[in-house]
Parts: sequence; C-alpha cells; structure tokens
Amino acid sequence: MGQAEVITPMYSSKDYKSTVKPIWCPGCGHFGVESSLFRALAHLNLPPEQVGIVSGIGCSSRIPAYTQCYGFHGVHGRALAAATGLKLARPELTVVVTSGDGDAFSIGGNHFIHACRRNVDMTLLVMDNEVYGMTKGQPSPTTPGDWDSKIAPGGTGVNPFAPMAVALAAGANFIARGFAGDPNGVAKILVEAIQHPGLSFVQVLSPCITYRPEEKFWKKTVHPNPVAPTRDPAEAGHRLLSDDGFTTGVFFIGDRPIYTAAVGVGEGSLDEIEEHLAI
Amino acid sequence: MLRQIDGSFAVAEAVALCRPEVVSCYPITPQTHIVEHLGELVKDGHLKGCEFINTESEFGAMSLCIGSSSAGARTYTATASQGLLFMMEAVYNASGMGLPIVMTLGNRAIGAPINIWNDQTDAMSARDAGWIQLFVESNQEAVDVHIQAFKLAEALSLPVMVCMDGFILTHSYTRIDMPTQEQVDSFLPPFVARQKLDPADPVSMGAMVGPEAFTEVRYLAHYKQLEALELIPKLAAEYDAIVGRDSGGLLKSHYEGDAETVVVTMGSVIGTMKEVLTPMRAEGTSIGAITVRSFRPFPKDEVYEALKNAKRVIVFEKALAVGLGGILSSNIRWALRGTATPVYSVIGGLGGRPITRPSLRTLFEKGVKDQLEETHFLDLNLDVVKRQIDREREQTGSGPAAENILRDIGALRAAKTA
Repeated sequence: MGQAEVITPMYSSKDYKSTVKPIWCPGCGHFGVESSLFRALAHLNLPPEQVGIVSGIGCSSRIPAYTQCYGFHGVHGRALAAATGLKLARPELTVVVTSGDGDAFSIGGNHFIHACRRNVDMTLLVMDNEVYGMTKGQPSPTTPGDWDSKIAPGGTGVNPFAPMAVALAAGANFIARGFAGDPNGVAKILVEAIQHPGLSFVQVLSPCITYRPEEKFWKKTVHPNPVAPTRDPAEAGHRLLSDDGFTTGVFFIGDRPIYTAAVGVGEGSLDEIEEHLAI
Repeated sequence: MLRQIDGSFAVAEAVALCRPEVVSCYPITPQTHIVEHLGELVKDGHLKGCEFINTESEFGAMSLCIGSSSAGARTYTATASQGLLFMMEAVYNASGMGLPIVMTLGNRAIGAPINIWNDQTDAMSARDAGWIQLFVESNQEAVDVHIQAFKLAEALSLPVMVCMDGFILTHSYTRIDMPTQEQVDSFLPPFVARQKLDPADPVSMGAMVGPEAFTEVRYLAHYKQLEALELIPKLAAEYDAIVGRDSGGLLKSHYEGDAETVVVTMGSVIGTMKEVLTPMRAEGTSIGAITVRSFRPFPKDEVYEALKNAKRVIVFEKALAVGLGGILSSNIRWALRGTATPVYSVIGGLGGRPITRPSLRTLFEKGVKDQLEETHFLDLNLDVVKRQIDREREQTGSGPAAENILRDIGALRAAKTA
C-alpha cells in the first residue's frame, strides 16, 4: 500500500499543473478531482513526464490541458482505446484515463467493458456528475430515469447504468468510488488504484452544480464503506448490487493477471516456435 | 406567421410541422438546440404521435433511424461534425438501403485539432455517402428546405441531409415566416414507405449483394440522385405555389444577367459576400454570384449554363481536401470541362475564422484581375506555418504541431520550464 512506503517527496501537486486555467464552472466538482489526482501523483513521487493522462470529450476530459504530465485529448469515447495503445507502447509510463459518465459509459461504453475485460495496467478515473455538462444538461447513462430535460421529456424512463457492477462483471481488477468533495479521500483511493496492477476503475461522484444543482447535497448523501474491500468477486457483486450508489471507498481488489500483448512466434528459433505452437 | 427566433428553433418547428413519427437524437454542438426544442414540442403536446428518443451515441441515433424508417415511420435526426463521422457507417447504410431519413447537419469543423466552430468539412466528408445534400443560406431557407426535404426523400426513397452553417445560422435570431400547418399538410402528404417491415408481407432488408449485382444496386442509387435533379426544382415550385416563397432548388443566381467574374459558393457566406459584391457592381465591376443549393446531386448542367459566359470563376468554400485543394471548385471544374474558363479555388472560414468584408473585397479585386493563385487561402498566416515547417525540419522531436502553432501566435503561454 502506498501510504506505508517511505517516500522522499520530490514533487508537489503544483508540479503536475499546467499554466492553462480550467474553464469549469465555479463550484464544479472536477476542481476537487483534479487536485486529488495531482496529490496522488505527488504522493507516489511520479515524475510528470512518466505519467500519461488520456481523455476523450467532455468537461472531465479537459484535464490533459491542465496538467504538466503527458496529456492526450482524443475523440469522444475512445480514451480507453487510445490509452491501451499508449500503455502497450510505453509500459513504463503510469497511464491514467480521465473521463466522464458520458464519455466512458454511453458513447464509450463498449471500450469500458473491454478495457475492464482486457485488464491492461492503467487507471480509469470517471468523474460522474450524472449529466452531459459540456453540451449543457442532457441525461447521461447514470442520470436517474425520471430526471426531466428538454432532450428527454419527462425523463429517459430508463434505469441508470451501474458502472461498478458492470466493471466487476467485465473483469476490472480494482473498483472504488470517491466523492469530489473529499479530495483527500479521492487522492488516497487514486494512490491505491494507480499502484494496483491491472485495470483500476475509480468512479468519483463529482457534482455538476450548473445543470444538476441538487447534486450540491451529495455531500450529505455520501457515506464511507463500512467494510474492508473484498478480494472475492462474488462478495463484491453482492455488495455492489445492494449498494445505494453513494458508498465511498474501495470495494474490490482483484488478482487477475494483467494483460500483456501477445509475443510474435516468428522471433525465436525453430525449436522455440515449435514449442510455442505445441498443443 | 412572422417570428423572431433562432435558427435551431426555426428548424425544430419546421420539422414538427412535417409530423415526424420518430426523432432520435444525441447532443452535439451546434445542433443540440434543434433536438432539444423538438423534445419540448413533444412534451408540450405540439408535436403529437412522435416517438422522441435520446440515444447513447450518434452511431446509435442513426442506427435507430434506420430501424424506424424501415418500419415505415417518418424519421428525423440532427448532428454535426464528429457526430456525423461517428455515425458514418450507418450513414452509408441508410442511403444504401434507400431509407428516406431527413437529417440536419449543423456544419462544423472536424478535428483534430478539436474545434467546435463552423466550416463545411463535415458535410464534405459525407459527399459520396449517397445522401442528397442541400445547403441553405438563411434560416428562412432552412425552414423551407427542411419541409421540401421530407417530400424529396420520400418521393425517391433516399435520405436527405440539410446542411446549415453552425452558429452563423443555428444560433442567430432572425425573422422567420413560418408556414402554417395547413400549408405544410397540403404540400407534404403522409409518408407511405416504398419498403417496410410488415409482418403481413415479410421481407428481408439489408441483403448481402456480391459482385453479380453490387454495381447495379449502386448505379440505381446514382440514377435516383440524378432523378432528384429534376425533382428538386419541381418541389421548390410546388412549395412556392402553396407557401408563396422561392426557396430551395438546385442553385441560385444572385444578380441579373451575365457577369465577367462569377463567384460560386454554398451556405450563409453569400450574405456577407453580397454586401461586398453589390457596391462593387455599383462601381462598375462586372461581377456576379451563384450559390449551389444542391451539392448532391451535383447540378453540373445547370452550373455550366450559369457559368458558360463567365470569363473567370471564383469558387469560395469552407472546406479543404488536404492534398488537392478545393472540393466544390473541383466539382465546378467538372461542370466547366472542355472550356478554358479559369476557376480559382478559395478556401476560407475554416474552423470558424471570420470571413470579413475587407478580406473579401481584396480577394475579389485580385480575382477580377486574374491575380489569384489557382488555390488561394483567405487570410492565411503563412509565416506561422513556415515556422512549424522549419521546426519539423530542424528537430526530430518537434512536438505537437497544433500546440506549437498556438504558442507561436501567442494564444498559449509557454510551458513552465523545469
């Protein structure tokens, strides 16, 4: 665990911050998440140039511009796919995907499932505000089905997506939830998530006070996980399916082997190739 | 009825007058207001009998349209830019299957670099996708052409894309003369699908076709687009007879009589151009303008007729075929094949760069004297491009080009040095 290690503090949060000023609305939860991420990277003593921050499109996805780390701002929903390529090409980099509930769960939902399944060693940080903020207030997959909006009159009428349960079913190796109003708690989770091998999924409830002003009250709704994380997927599944969506903390720590790209068979001697192909 | 509303609202209300049965949507700037307002019209009961559904992506939105149109429902959606690109596989599918879906495209640039502002690159990316593509110049025309688009799509069983400049049209409030429901009903009959999924008469749609018939099916689509060349002016005349307004058609000539120099363009920029051309004409310059309203099908014979007496043609377009130059201008050259008329290709307004009257005035003054390059870029800062080219020559790891250029023009502060 990161907290137990002896760290010579060479970096502080500000070393990860760029000169570009965030354009988030005043009061946006994402400010807290950004600060947690930089705090976690500093705690882990990671040189900014050894960290790749990859995003898609949306308010959450602006972070690559706001960091001194390698930033990659890709197309909508494809951050995980781009990050997979980055990690495979440069395995020594720490790769963090910063995404939102729209980018990761609707337009990029397919990649979310397969990134969890593939279990590449990287961290997916989803700032979940249960709304499309950048296009000014439309329902996302995590928005309650009765939330009325212009684009979904009377609500979508559809049950919200359960990202943590889906991540577990798809094979994510570390599953946790944080709250943007608790930057220290999120930073601690991110330290663990980054250190844990495989695909770590961290959902951070990050209020959008502009389009979902009622989310201001999340600070009164969130509550810490009363039990320690489990290593048993069945137990984690049971807990997640009975969870109210506001429990914060680490839920699941898995031990699946991380993805390593297949090695070409044509590189070795004939004997090695025959051995590789032997049934 | 006269209204003072923004382009998106106007289009939404025009679409509602056409009584769509399914509207699928996914938000993307600058068209989001169109589908949002349609949602409001469904909610407040103005638009009855319409299934309105918000999907998980543009790919989902167009795929849903394919399903609903196949079931015989009048179907509408709207998108822009990256959204069009993301749904592109389904866009080809819709036209290949001959489904009369109507879609608004709020024209916007394509990234990278990310840019939300107006140009027409998105529409050009779909120019060969088999959709009819109609470009409008004003919000009034957007209203009228959307209504004509449903009738055109359903008459030919082909999808129609109505292209309107993002922000410049979608977000501007102008005076709109909205047709009445009675006028639209008398122009646009209820949709009778040429092909539909019907349990009483089961058919399979989307059949696989091998080399034995693929060419014929594609030729059929081409033939139908050529039929549209006859139908588009006919529908514009029918609409005029009912609503009393000349809107739509294949192309529009903006000044009477022949001119030595003719400017050709598409979309809203003609508004600014006329403010430059009218005084130039008053000063004695022989210069005129036409706008191409139907880009697909491309009215090459009509373009030839409109340009055959010109001494030179200046084609102005908000899109760039990288490695070639102009796209509209290439089409215009095709229409003028066999003539010696010089066709200057001018690229401008990319990624929302303002197209100003002084720039246009200088451009046209050079143009009438044959002083333009074959491909000219309006207001291009070539120095900054050269700096990046030099940087790339001198340094192996020269870094992201877009970020370097932003730094060079001072739009991005230099990064902190370690």
